[in-house]
Amino acid sequence: MNDQGRILKFQVFRYNPQKKGDKPRMVTYEVTEAPGMTVFIALNDIREHQDPSFQFDFVCRAGICGSCAMIINGQPTLACRTLTSTYENGEIKLLPLPGFELIGDLSVNTGKFMRAMSERVESWIHDADADEVDFHRLEERMDPDVADQIYELERCVECGCCVSACATKRMRPDFLSAVGFVRLARYALDPRDKRSDEEFYEIIGDDDGVFGCMTLLGCEDYCPKDLPHQTQIAYLRRKMALVR
Amino acid sequence: MKVIYTDSLVIGGGLAGLRVAIASMQRGVDTIVLSLIPAKRSHSAAAQGGMQASLGACVKGDGDDEDVHFADTVKGSDWGCDQHVARAFVNTAPKAIRQLAAWGVPWSRVRQGDHEVVINGKKVTLTEKADSHGLIMARDFGGTKKWRTCFTSDGAGHTMLYAMDNKAIQMGIPVHERKEALALIHEDGVCYGAIVRDLITGELIAYVAKATTIATGGYGRLYAITTNSVVSEGIGNAIALETGIATLGNMEAVQFHPTAIVPVGILTTEGCRGDGGLLLDKDEYRFMPDYEPEKKELASRDVVSRRMTEHMRKGKGVPSRYGDHLWLDIRLLGRKHIEKNLREVKEICEYFLGIDPVEALIPVRPTQHYSMGGIRTNATGESPTLQGLFAAGEAACWDMHGFNRLGGNSVAETVVAGMIVGEYVADYCGANAVNISTTTIQHFMKREEKKITALLFRDFGENPFQLKAEMQKIMMDDVGIFRNAADLEKAVEELKVLNQRAKRIALRNRISSSNPELVEAIRVPKMIKLAQCVAYGALLRTESRGAHSREDYPERNDRDWLKRTLTTWTDASADLPELTYEDLDVMKMELPPGSRGYGVDNTFHHPDTAKREQEIEALKRDNPGADRFELQEMLNPITIPDKFKGKNERIGRGFK
Repeated sequence: MNDQGRILKFQVFRYNPQKKGDKPRMVTYEVTEAPGMTVFIALNDIREHQDPSFQFDFVCRAGICGSCAMIINGQPTLACRTLTSTYENGEIKLLPLPGFELIGDLSVNTGKFMRAMSERVESWIHDADADEVDFHRLEERMDPDVADQIYELERCVECGCCVSACATKRMRPDFLSAVGFVRLARYALDPRDKRSDEEFYEIIGDDDGVFGCMTLLGCEDYCPKDLPHQTQIAYLRRKMALVR
Repeated sequence: MKVIYTDSLVIGGGLAGLRVAIASMQRGVDTIVLSLIPAKRSHSAAAQGGMQASLGACVKGDGDDEDVHFADTVKGSDWGCDQHVARAFVNTAPKAIRQLAAWGVPWSRVRQGDHEVVINGKKVTLTEKADSHGLIMARDFGGTKKWRTCFTSDGAGHTMLYAMDNKAIQMGIPVHERKEALALIHEDGVCYGAIVRDLITGELIAYVAKATTIATGGYGRLYAITTNSVVSEGIGNAIALETGIATLGNMEAVQFHPTAIVPVGILTTEGCRGDGGLLLDKDEYRFMPDYEPEKKELASRDVVSRRMTEHMRKGKGVPSRYGDHLWLDIRLLGRKHIEKNLREVKEICEYFLGIDPVEALIPVRPTQHYSMGGIRTNATGESPTLQGLFAAGEAACWDMHGFNRLGGNSVAETVVAGMIVGEYVADYCGANAVNISTTTIQHFMKREEKKITALLFRDFGENPFQLKAEMQKIMMDDVGIFRNAADLEKAVEELKVLNQRAKRIALRNRISSSNPELVEAIRVPKMIKLAQCVAYGALLRTESRGAHSREDYPERNDRDWLKRTLTTWTDASADLPELTYEDLDVMKMELPPGSRGYGVDNTFHHPDTAKREQEIEALKRDNPGADRFELQEMLNPITIPDKFKGKNERIGRGFK
């Protein structure tokens, strides 16, 4: 890394739908690179020193919360953990994540989408007794391997990269997408969830569900948490095909 | 004027806020959660290592119970905590974790038979009992006698928050996202909700409620380098302070975590050391045993952070362009363990440092991490001075942490406080009505509108980003791990100047809707006030207790300082807050002040300490047949909702 600090060129999508007459456009900002600089650091630098109206979302800035997914040089990824040094020519083009309602500039409403997804797949343990559990007594036992497998799928941070990388979602606006499949697979695996395959079929057994997937697997390619989307979609599809 | 009515308004959508909302809904109380961000993105998700609860299922947790957890928590707090609250907490934590297990958290489980672990730098084989197989596993953490920290790999906060938010979604609890509370609405000493700004449209909305709970997390972003998320700016604390009625407790109690990576300050969990990781200096020498021969790397956080700083001051730090640091070595844990139980840490090292911690040392340094201080509440979670205002989690000074929080006790507090405080919030909503005139609501609405208008119309003035950076630098330089009068006096004076300057902020982007500069302009004056509370409280507390460490007053002084700092800001035009103190009553302590067992014990004792010790001895002598529950009831009777009063079962021990 160069100590002198090269000049980075950020080409950034700007548009504020709240502002009357504002038009979508690309704006270029120059930032002096610092050692270990991430896109998070660079964007804040632009906001603080060049344009205080610049909108984007970060929360944990550590790759944990999933707030900051955007398109960086054509690929959806988490901006907070993307080092500017990754880009040899120092040119970085940033676009908001497609497939979500635009709030402004690089900020999109993933929250609204994800809440709707959770409601659609009923992203909770279905067990009438769960609320009646006697928490003074020993917890129900679980096979240690099963617990680990559930955690593996639970690592999703709802960043939306899979949704933006999904070609099926482009063609079918109501397509559930990988984030929904992996969530459902997580509950299907969980012995605490008492739903039957027939009940899962009601949620994903159609073309907006697992049968609509064209298997282009942008989800698998771009998931920042390396979740096994391919395997899970195949698993759900087989499981659902066996229902009827 | 847009007004939204509810019974239980919760500000903050992290673990504590969601749990309070769930308790409200379970009791049939209408509730709305306000959040700056989607709830699942809250800073609770960043908790890696786990949650303390004395389940005692694994072999190294054998013999654990509420009493041991209680003693660890009180010692950890350097006797600064409220022992009634700490007791209510430890007794409820096992229930909280079991409820979360039923709600979907995939806690790592005990596997019967042999497994290899690293303890004190050596490989050791442990054998888990067959009858514990499948129960919730625990790992070792700093300042604890037993392995008590339950975990899911190093994503405990994430899985807990997901289970909690999913539960809230199941119950149909509305979370109003991208909403920021600007001020509390109150009249005659009673709180009735908040004036709230929509961060997208800029619209101001009055949320009017019977009970208002603040669960907005800590104030780590008062410091330039912190492990905290960018939304951990203490605004919930500030709006309570700005009522002039609610009090903040122990604001000077700020924790520094030993192992955040350099330079960005992202956390690597205490689980790294709990699982056997070591701290090394520039010569790759393991120095902690020299300072703390007994607990070594697993001394309490405040102790380890101070020892690391001392060691670097001796010239043993690794020099770097970002200043000195030390090394965290987890190589000895092996790839399999790291990839299974420390995978977030591994990802963070790969992405932010470009190293593989299986093979390379991790550069770390003590970094601001946790706010023990917050909105002062009584044991029910309600402000003792502003009725109808509740607080839970890191935003509160419910006060189970005193002057130093144990690792694994923060996510545990969020959930346990959410359960307990949530019940009292529901009780309050059942017993009270909204008796507030529209005129009062309008008064608060107009006041906030006026402030925003003034910001939008001022032509020249201060830059809010600049003010914030200056404040953060003052806090880093002068209100850090080691403190002294000269530095603190300087900080207090400089912050006063910033406070004045913050009254003349002008914007470059003068629009009232979605506008990050306006958000900053609204928050920064509030943050500066909080920074003043921290710095001034630290200056006046002339002793060292827990994370508050004074070089000029190195002794813990129970004689003069066994008390909680209370801060108010009654006169908005004043340039300093007002500080008063509330005594901790030694004669009511279940565990009278003693030594924490670190370094030299140079405590100035409280005159009541010996008296209370004798009283406890006599009570035990006079009740030879009393079991531990009966003794606790005599020594430390607690306020807790009936549904949480039952005893907790443990494997091999039943309910004893």
